[in-house]
Amino acid sequence: MLKTTGVADKELVLTRFPSNETLVKPKAITECYEAIPCNPCSTSCPFDAIYIGEDINTPPQVDFEKCTGCGICVYNCPGLAIFTVQTIEDQARFKIPYELLPYPQVGETWHGVNRAGEIVCDGFIEKVSLSDRQDKTALIQVLIPLQYLHDFVTIRRQKDE
Amino acid sequence: MRIKEHPILELTEAKKLVFIYDGLEVYGFSGDTIASALHALGIRKLSHSIKHKRPRGFYCAIGNCASCNMIVDGIPNVRTCITELREGMVVQTQDNKGELYDTL
Amino acid sequence: MIHYNLIIIGGGPAGLSAAKVAAESGLSSLIIERDYKLGGQLVKQTHMFFGSEKQYAKTRGINIAEILIDDVLKYQDFIEIMVNTTAVGLYPDNVVTILQKDRYQKLSFDSLIIATGASEKFLAFENNDLPGIYGAGAVQTLMNVHGVLPGEKVVMIGSGNIGLIVSYQLIQAGVNVVKVVEASSHIGGYKVHASKLKRLGVDIVVNHSIKQAIGKDHLEQVVIAKLDEKWNFIEGTEETIDVDALCISVGLNPLSNLLSMIGCEMKYIAALGGLVPVINHEHQTSLKNIYVAGDVCGVEEASSAIVEGHLTGLIASRDLGYQHPNYEELHKDFNDQLRNLRSGPFGKATIEGLKELRGESC
Repeated sequence: MLKTTGVADKELVLTRFPSNETLVKPKAITECYEAIPCNPCSTSCPFDAIYIGEDINTPPQVDFEKCTGCGICVYNCPGLAIFTVQTIEDQARFKIPYELLPYPQVGETWHGVNRAGEIVCDGFIEKVSLSDRQDKTALIQVLIPLQYLHDFVTIRRQKDE
Repeated sequence: MRIKEHPILELTEAKKLVFIYDGLEVYGFSGDTIASALHALGIRKLSHSIKHKRPRGFYCAIGNCASCNMIVDGIPNVRTCITELREGMVVQTQDNKGELYDTL
Repeated sequence: MIHYNLIIIGGGPAGLSAAKVAAESGLSSLIIERDYKLGGQLVKQTHMFFGSEKQYAKTRGINIAEILIDDVLKYQDFIEIMVNTTAVGLYPDNVVTILQKDRYQKLSFDSLIIATGASEKFLAFENNDLPGIYGAGAVQTLMNVHGVLPGEKVVMIGSGNIGLIVSYQLIQAGVNVVKVVEASSHIGGYKVHASKLKRLGVDIVVNHSIKQAIGKDHLEQVVIAKLDEKWNFIEGTEETIDVDALCISVGLNPLSNLLSMIGCEMKYIAALGGLVPVINHEHQTSLKNIYVAGDVCGVEEASSAIVEGHLTGLIASRDLGYQHPNYEELHKDFNDQLRNLRSGPFGKATIEGLKELRGESC
């Protein structure tokens, strides 16, 4: 699937997620499935929680014990392939990278979109950050229903109808 | 069409540059190449094939393909995709292979 | 005739990096660039780079260009720069001829580094010369350097990294990317780039290609169709799409004409992008004192071009008697970096291509 459509299938996605119990605290999910020469996630992590090693073609491995879900790797990933997620009762709080205009505003509801680009749920915008060190990759904190934990990947503006 | 807002690029106010395109007074901005200025004005045909006169436009943007060659200030075969636009330039569509200085 | 110790043709990532290391080694050089500015194709790369810190990973290409140009400007006493200057001829008596506007000049050199890069490949189909059909990289320049949009509705041919990245950047600029069309059975570039597009709702189709462009004075429609296993169009699968721009991103060709002109031994190596000079492990061609760096000797990512530039600058300086104080350390480091960049599946073609080029067994 990934090779022909660009969409990672569910089985593959699940290999990157820890258990739901672990996700009561925010954790980084690295959706980097291919051996490509790249390691900024690993070198930018202040907690040494992402391992790549000498060969930069090794896909990243997250040590969920060490990962605090701070989100620094999210805006340092050149492939925009990392997000953080935390479960809060029946909801999931994501921090996703976002590089399109207009940016969402706190308090708005946007569409929640899956890996195939389909709208699956609503996403409530909790926080939008864009500091200098993020170098123009915004971080959007968004709350979605827990059942879409493994489906949700980005947001899309609701069209004014 | 010019980009008005962009998440990555810092678009700064540029200086308007007036130039002549096939006898018409038009304008672009500092930072433009001749080809980008014409493109922004909606002018997509920059040259044409020599024999069949088929329209040709912007293609490579690195000064390699000759699809954007025009006469600029009397000099033929100027690669407009890598030539910076300047105030007062006279830009013309080229009809032949480009006789050097034939228009001077 | 003005004489230079080292002339570098091309002011992109490879050429700039070579000039910097040569200057550090104490060797002065001249950079010849045909564009009106330095930076090569980095100046339009608004995305963050892959690789590791040494190749400026996670920095946007536009900012890497600034870093490399600043590095060169720091060595003003060592590095002379000629922009708006095209190298048009190369002769065996160590002479290069240049064209600056309408002025033709001869320059002589002790050593020459050719870092001319590559140009976008073209594709044969009906009406492929209509205005509105662009190289994907050209569109990237138009948008990201000049702030001008190529159109409103675009189809991208080719799903290599350039096709995928430019598609994403078209969307960032507000353009509607209707489809990414790939002739092979799978997406060519990094899947993280494909996933980025997919989640934005862009359709990526494999086993398809463009059959025809339609339009009078400029592009109005494209016809795409499905391919069989032998890459022939399957009748009846045609789809006509209204567009005002088409981007072609089907790979790059090394710009190696100058090397052919001077009589370097050349070989056609598909894995390296086309006709390339035969080089040894020191980036030296079959002709003494003529070196190459970057895409001209094998199409790769800009990260590799930077490292190749560093390595070639180091070696060319050594050969002229200007050995860098940290020569051994740097030589090993640059080679290690290249090995690391190429050690994954995406570097396999380059490694095999280089072996074929040098006549080594795979």
